[in-house]
Amino acid sequence: MITENSIMKCFMKVFMLLSCVVLFSTTSCKKDSENEVLPLKEAINIAIKGTMDAELTAPPYVPAPVENRLAKRLIVNMEILEKEGTMTDGTTYMYWTFGGSVPGSFIRTRVGDEVEFTLSNHPDNKLPHNIDLHAVTGPGGGATSSFVAPGHEKTFSFKTLNPGLYVYHCATAPVGMHIANGMYGLILVEPEGGLPKVNKEYYIMQGDFYTKGENGATGLQTFDMQKAVDEDADYVVFNGKVGALTGDNAITANVGETVRLYVGNGGPNLVSSFHVIGEIFDRVHVEGGSTINENVQTTLIPAGGAAIVEFKVEVPGTFILVDHSIFRAFNKGALGMLKVKGKENERVYSGAVQEGIYNPEGGTIQEMPSDDKKKVIDTGEKPLHEKIASGKNLYTKTCFACHQANGEGIPSAFPPLANSDYLNDDVKRAIEIILKGKSGEITVNGAKYNSVMTRQFLSDEEIADVLTYVYNSWGNNKTNVMVNTVKEVANSH
Amino acid sequence: MNIILKLLICVILFGGTGANGQSEMASIKGGVYIPLYGRDSLQVSIADFEMDVYPVTNQYYLEFVKNYPKWRRSKVISLFADKSYLIKWASDATLGEEQALNAPVTNVSWFAANAYCECQGKRLPTVDEWEYVAMANETQADARQIKTYNEYILSWYEKPKTFNNTIGSTFKNYWKVYDLHGLVWEWTSDFNSVLISGESRKDVDNDSNLFCGSAAVGATDLMNYAAFMRYAVRGSLKAKYTMRNLGFRCVK
Repeated sequence: MITENSIMKCFMKVFMLLSCVVLFSTTSCKKDSENEVLPLKEAINIAIKGTMDAELTAPPYVPAPVENRLAKRLIVNMEILEKEGTMTDGTTYMYWTFGGSVPGSFIRTRVGDEVEFTLSNHPDNKLPHNIDLHAVTGPGGGATSSFVAPGHEKTFSFKTLNPGLYVYHCATAPVGMHIANGMYGLILVEPEGGLPKVNKEYYIMQGDFYTKGENGATGLQTFDMQKAVDEDADYVVFNGKVGALTGDNAITANVGETVRLYVGNGGPNLVSSFHVIGEIFDRVHVEGGSTINENVQTTLIPAGGAAIVEFKVEVPGTFILVDHSIFRAFNKGALGMLKVKGKENERVYSGAVQEGIYNPEGGTIQEMPSDDKKKVIDTGEKPLHEKIASGKNLYTKTCFACHQANGEGIPSAFPPLANSDYLNDDVKRAIEIILKGKSGEITVNGAKYNSVMTRQFLSDEEIADVLTYVYNSWGNNKTNVMVNTVKEVANSH
Repeated sequence: MNIILKLLICVILFGGTGANGQSEMASIKGGVYIPLYGRDSLQVSIADFEMDVYPVTNQYYLEFVKNYPKWRRSKVISLFADKSYLIKWASDATLGEEQALNAPVTNVSWFAANAYCECQGKRLPTVDEWEYVAMANETQADARQIKTYNEYILSWYEKPKTFNNTIGSTFKNYWKVYDLHGLVWEWTSDFNSVLISGESRKDVDNDSNLFCGSAAVGATDLMNYAAFMRYAVRGSLKAKYTMRNLGFRCVK
């Protein structure tokens, strides 16, 4: 019995020892294969080696990855500028900025870095400011230590302990106003060894703006406190203004590349439902942290939060970045573009194969709801350049979603306006289509289209402007469409 | 004869002081009010006093540094004024090219402003005195609840480079005082008596008692937003600091 018992004990001991070894080896093995997040106390103990100046970038660009570099003393110099900038064509706003851009300069660090942060407040500025970096472990995230009067600078330092993507913002009273005027940005803390390599990286940050005039009101617009309190945004935009990421400002990639977007949301109020039309995020660092979710359509980014999204682009085309609270995208500006170049892959996406009209409610043309108070505008003809400028503005608001940025349209769905025989053939027909809508088959530049365009509720002057813009762009015949011609067509039936 | 002589002397004296930079003053009738940040969030009593109608101009300050060389840019002790003291001036006693004689003097420290007023037989206003006069619009002694009054103040925050504007370019208020809003910030004698840590959210703590006044009127009030800024600016200052948007005026 005794011997049996002791053998049993011995066996148990060996078993426990063995299991210990197994446990130990699995954890250490895991550590080798992945960029395992370091426990906090280890991050505190990371020694720094050397000093370097941080590279700071304005959106949509990000500084070079940290890769294998050791932790260092990282010198960050950031200047606060209060300056007037463009919100949308014809509308300006007094932005308060970190580094002269909205969002502010992107800061890239690695875990264990000791950041020596100097915040300078430009002498022409009116107000004191400070910075609260969510990547800082310490009271106020640096806000107390960085409170700085115009014409002065403050330096403080912190050690980055937790890897992730963090928002920074101004926290001076009234905090909401400082954020609403654009005082936010992102700081990235990479894990030891860096994030996995990708082909393209971009910096995008959403923000909501509250202006005295409604969306589209021209001139310098001032901040509207009451609207901000009511959370009634006039503009919801990526990177500080309407069109910061569209047309020529679109971000780009090539087929087959992996794109990583550092997406933040400065708020001050709204939460973003970030989505890229026609893409699925392969990987999302949820809330900018270490949890990775895969195969995500739309990721929620809280105000004062961030996410890292990664996806491989498989087919060429323009992919639209939106806040999928969708009226914000099409009516308030939260719209960007990723243009992908390369070879078509019809196995992944075929394009339209077959088409026809489906109209269960009969042949009437649908109407968009109309604003009863139709604008009555003096019909005095504006100079051509003013018409084109105003028309361009209207185009990006009204036509661009279907006919695309350069009037190229979408094959088989929306006919092109660029170099368009159908358009150049008959000005009055074009006016009539805007006034009354159009359905049924038409042939444009030799291709058949069978689609529906709803009537557009624009004033006669607006129609003249937008058509003049279209006729004077993209190789069309440069017709100057007169308000009276529009009136003639409008009254002809 | 004697009387005429006395009158003559009077006239000469008055003319003399005028040339010496004694600026016009307005009489302010004292009263009781609740400031945004009362030190005890209680009512504050203000005694009668006189306040300069305009902020001190470059011209007056130029005279001052001529008479008191120790306040010249090259002579000033660095303990009393930081490196940007009068930084836009061309030299010790010459204004910069863009600076108008009748624009408010800025880039002066608290020490300098304080000395200037003392030399005039005056002093800097207290925060309470300054705020008392500044809560007036054109027609009312206390316009703090009026939307246009607050909007005017807030809109100034978005107008660049108002420090180049001349005195009197904003509105004349109930007390016949100009430019309290819309031109430059102004020093007060006890600017640092309301402590703002710079971490505005921390200042909400009850123990610091700083937001009691604001809590009473509701934190979404426009009035607070306009006034918060002034207190934030004061909180960010030290007595030797100078700023391009910060001038002063005197009282007695």
